[in-house]
Amino acid sequence: MNKITNNKAWWLVLPVFLLVAFSAIVPIMTVVNYSVQDIFDQNTAYFVGAEWYREMLRSPRLLDSLLRQFSYSFSVLLIEVPLGIAVALMMPAKGRMASVSLILVAIPLLIPWNVVGTIWQTFSREDIGLFGWAVNSIGIDYNYASNASDAWFTVLLMDVWHWTSLIALLCYSGLRAIPEAFYQAARIDRASSWAIFRYIQLPRLKSVLVIGVLLRFMDSFMIYTEPFVLTGGGPGNSTTFLSQALTKMAIGQFDLGPAAAFSLIYYLIVLLVCYLFFTVINLQDKAK
Amino acid sequence: MQMNKRKTLGMTAYLLFLLTPIYWLLNMSFKQNDEILGALTLWPSNFTFDNYITIFSDPSWYMGYVNSMIYVGMNMVITLTVALPAAYAFSRYKFVGDKHLFFWLLTNRMAPPAVFLLPFFQLYSSVGLFDTHIAVALAHCLFTVPLAVWILEGFISGVPREVDETAFIDGYSFPRFFIRIFLPMIRSGIGVTAFFCFMFSWVELLLARTLTSVEAKPIAAIMTRTVGAAGIDWGLLSAAGILTIIPGILVIWFVRNHVAKGFALGRV
Amino acid sequence: MNWMAWTELTAAFFSVIAVILVCMTVYEIKVPCTERKGFLPISTTRGDRLFIGLLSSAYIHLAFLAFTELSLMIALALSTIWLAVLLRWG
Repeated sequence: MNKITNNKAWWLVLPVFLLVAFSAIVPIMTVVNYSVQDIFDQNTAYFVGAEWYREMLRSPRLLDSLLRQFSYSFSVLLIEVPLGIAVALMMPAKGRMASVSLILVAIPLLIPWNVVGTIWQTFSREDIGLFGWAVNSIGIDYNYASNASDAWFTVLLMDVWHWTSLIALLCYSGLRAIPEAFYQAARIDRASSWAIFRYIQLPRLKSVLVIGVLLRFMDSFMIYTEPFVLTGGGPGNSTTFLSQALTKMAIGQFDLGPAAAFSLIYYLIVLLVCYLFFTVINLQDKAK
Repeated sequence: MQMNKRKTLGMTAYLLFLLTPIYWLLNMSFKQNDEILGALTLWPSNFTFDNYITIFSDPSWYMGYVNSMIYVGMNMVITLTVALPAAYAFSRYKFVGDKHLFFWLLTNRMAPPAVFLLPFFQLYSSVGLFDTHIAVALAHCLFTVPLAVWILEGFISGVPREVDETAFIDGYSFPRFFIRIFLPMIRSGIGVTAFFCFMFSWVELLLARTLTSVEAKPIAAIMTRTVGAAGIDWGLLSAAGILTIIPGILVIWFVRNHVAKGFALGRV
Repeated sequence: MNWMAWTELTAAFFSVIAVILVCMTVYEIKVPCTERKGFLPISTTRGDRLFIGLLSSAYIHLAFLAFTELSLMIALALSTIWLAVLLRWG
């Protein structure tokens, strides 16, 4: 649809702008201010220029948690997006069962994040948790509290459990918006179910998938509460993701300056990734 | 029919995967602590309602639910009120900086919370809103508003512009047209958006905990209290956890038909 | 506002950003621009080029900090030239 150029539309957007600006701009300015100073307390701070940035960019800690974070976020997307689409395709389209499965699928999304951590904390324990016990009893040595890769796997599994539903719900809703005529035409052409998926369903899902992928990327990049409750970042540093490293620095050691520099560097990285993603998507739309 | 059977099987497997941990939480909420920590039992051997009774008889517990519901409700109302006109503007008009404004809205989700919590705390203290429900509601707007604008814009783009034009020719003023004609047409969109606002505001812990201390303390923060000198009170924690799921189920029950009606979002 | 921990440098930084944004907005209202294709692989509007320019300037600064001991003034000069080039021919 062709849009009308009209700058008066700003009046309609102004409330959103003011509301978000209130909570967004002051904190980010403050964090930028922190990042160039060495802060001891409320009234004592020394200007250090770009020192923190230099230190953070050269510290192996940043590179480590960056790599860990990217591999985590990409694993999350790689599992959750296909699985979410598959679940959306499997969900019944009509009737009572549709409502029931919709509600059941949505449940994990509605649990506060620290409760999610708590559930998995006990559920995966090898002595008193069903999951940990089951895995051990089929002969796999599994202990998320002492084995680094087990811990990583548990956090990933927890994320899949928690968030696949978001992708599934978005896709389910997207699928319901496809007119029945499309399917009839496909049936007349004797299209295979793969062809229906590839040429009818997937293109229609694109716009909801973009939301889903972006939300999941940003949220998994900032994941904090669940791994914190589950393992506290351990064993070792295996599940210390970005946010936790930051919290340790900012609140644990009150190194506000380095923590601020660190988080601004991360912010720039996420910004770049999302901008590239957005641009590529827009480009594809235009090419059509 | 082979296909349908496979679908049902797959769906059952997935639901089993989703619900087993929840069952585990429910199971624990009916147990006593020594049983939870003592051994693996699939069914509580000493079935007890004690954990629930504790929660419902102690105001410092159940007020947590009330507080959470108050700020989540406020957040939903504020978000929808400001996001509806904005989404209308984004879908109907081109204006200076529209795309950049839209992208900027989304970037607010990207800030890692840890370092931003302190400025948040100080910002809300300095305007005298610390420990009020409205503070949490406003802070949550940071990520619910962009999402709401995004979803609503998709729904609004699905309404042909002829509708607006006809109404204006018939002499409707903009506010009257918007409320009387337009809002009923995008009812499903409003339902779906409200659900997503509820979802992201209800489950958020860090901001809500930072901005409150006593009066508006959310349930998720109160739960961390169960970590006492004697270790964690798992039974109580599980019961509290189970009770946090219930409001969510009610909300999804109300919007299920809207979600099932489907939405294909117009623009990306 | 004490808690915001302002320094002269950051205050100047945000003022410059604000001034740039205001100027670009006024310029855009007076002379609306159309999308065009420059040396960048995508066709862009003036605002897009500004955003790309600012973001890449930030990365230029970070690269200087990470890989060299050179003064940031050089990075700043480079970024300014890059921003100008981008706005003109990007």
